Amino acid sequence: MTLTSPRPIAPADAVPAPAAEADEGTRTGIRPERDRRRAPRRSRSAAIALYILLGFVFAVFAVPIYWLFSSSLKPENEIYTFPLTWIPSSLEWGNFAEAWRSAPFGAFLRNSVITTVVGTVLEIGVALLSAYAFAFVRFRGKMLIFAVMVGSLMLPGHITLLVNYITVAGLGWLNTYQGLILPGIGSAFAMFLIYQQMRQVPGELVDAAKIDGAGHVRRMWNVVAPICQPMILTATLIVMIGKWNDFVWPLIVTSTADMRTLPIGLMFLRSQEGYDSWGPVMAGTVIVALPMLVVFFLAQRRIVGGIVSGALKG
Amino acid sequence: MLMREGLLFWALIIPNLAAIVVFGYYPTLYNLVLSFTDWDFVQPAPVLVGLENYVDLFQPGSLLMEALTNTALFVLFTVAGTMVGGLAIGGLLAQRLRFSGVVRTIAFAPHMLPGAAVGVLWLFLFDPNYGLSRWFFEMFGADSPRWTTTSDFSLWAIIIASAWQRLGFVAIIYYAAILDLPKDIFEAASLDGARGWKLFRHMTLPLLSPITFFLTVTGIIAAAQTFDIIATLTGGGPGTSSTTLPWLIYDQAFVSFNIGNSAATATVMFVLLLVVTLVQTRYASRQVHYS
Repeated sequence: MTLTSPRPIAPADAVPAPAAEADEGTRTGIRPERDRRRAPRRSRSAAIALYILLGFVFAVFAVPIYWLFSSSLKPENEIYTFPLTWIPSSLEWGNFAEAWRSAPFGAFLRNSVITTVVGTVLEIGVALLSAYAFAFVRFRGKMLIFAVMVGSLMLPGHITLLVNYITVAGLGWLNTYQGLILPGIGSAFAMFLIYQQMRQVPGELVDAAKIDGAGHVRRMWNVVAPICQPMILTATLIVMIGKWNDFVWPLIVTSTADMRTLPIGLMFLRSQEGYDSWGPVMAGTVIVALPMLVVFFLAQRRIVGGIVSGALKG
Repeated sequence: MLMREGLLFWALIIPNLAAIVVFGYYPTLYNLVLSFTDWDFVQPAPVLVGLENYVDLFQPGSLLMEALTNTALFVLFTVAGTMVGGLAIGGLLAQRLRFSGVVRTIAFAPHMLPGAAVGVLWLFLFDPNYGLSRWFFEMFGADSPRWTTTSDFSLWAIIIASAWQRLGFVAIIYYAAILDLPKDIFEAASLDGARGWKLFRHMTLPLLSPITFFLTVTGIIAAAQTFDIIATLTGGGPGTSSTTLPWLIYDQAFVSFNIGNSAATATVMFVLLLVVTLVQTRYASRQVHYS
């Protein structure tokens, strides 16, 4: 990167224009380091403007989420009023009981947990095995197979939908756990993440284990996997969130209420309750959304870090 | 020894490879075959009909044409909205104001939620009588549109809900990318007298172009496949006013049992997304990197 030759004097800094400076900051958002150093140079009115903007951005995301949680706890007469009731006068847990009664949420929850946990374990399992094979096992032409597997990322979910339905029906797996889980365990994305981390593992460590007489299985389990643990954990979280949120496949492959997962059950609850019972429907939505919010708040750094580094390197 | 390594290699990759081939590549190919047939799940076997499905689909005024238009509008506004909004919010977050950590967390949270939950939540927010939409429009002395039940607004409803879910994700990626920018270049440029809009236009934006390109392409691919928000919010309706390609594929196969048409629609969508992906792989390497 070359620049036009810098002039010897610095006219920009010599003529401070605080308001314009801050205005520029909102639009461009550059130079955080300098901003920190120069923080005092931001005028009072500019700082207030920035904080108002920040508050507005906060509201865009927080108000709908707050509305979801507060409505799930509002008594019915406070949902059906205008002007709106922003703060429930009492907490109405009955909405959750009502949601639980009008749709088999117990079954939905069980099915979601089973498909998410089993599906994630299987997907990460096959991803680990294949990533290890590509990183550490000698095989001629293995990168060709690698390309074929990663290339599957280009296949949109909707093109495989119909034939996978026919395949699963042919196997007699419609409306079963194996039908829900197995078509989703092939893993190009998680394999790719873990493979990239495995390539960073120092070869001497693996060789040392080999000289000690450790076979591939022990090398993978005792040497490689522990070193790659952070990336395995990140991949696990991302895969898990994807499975919990999965919608179209569970929708077509299940046909009875007792096999539905939570997101499908939520749609089911809506048709059951109609448009007129927002309290229980919001309670149902909280049941569907809360587990992922909890996971996200607990593992925020890891999840966001994994996604962001994937994007910036990608 | 090598022979044993070979066996081991296959043993390790077979589970993953088999799943990818059986549930990824094979369906894609067989879907192409089905697109040249007529079938309703009930007849014993699909009947070959040649290009008939494609001819039907590309009639002027056909459902596919409407779905293509809807998808194009949906993708255009969702991606454009989240890119512009995300860049602005990312820039604001990069100012490192106090509390911006909290805002980063809450902005990213919707991206983690099931689309079905986002769809049902927005269904309530859009309620013209008891939703926040009424409160919002009342501030300006107007009535809330009937977002999900009139064909003039249904497409906007799914655009707004999808954009809300993706906006924070784009903002956080831009935020991280902005913090990553080389500082010395900006120091030099501002010594050079560049500031304000000029600095943004000629320095920040070009430096962010690889990330802008990446977010645009992945945004197009993700938006074109949006299904859960549409299913919960509008169900492709009213009528066909918010029917996009993924919804049409689902509807033709699993509601109307017109397998051939669904397979042909899926093939059209696949080809369109493939073009986008190929453009990405072709131009990604040509992008300007300053690092």
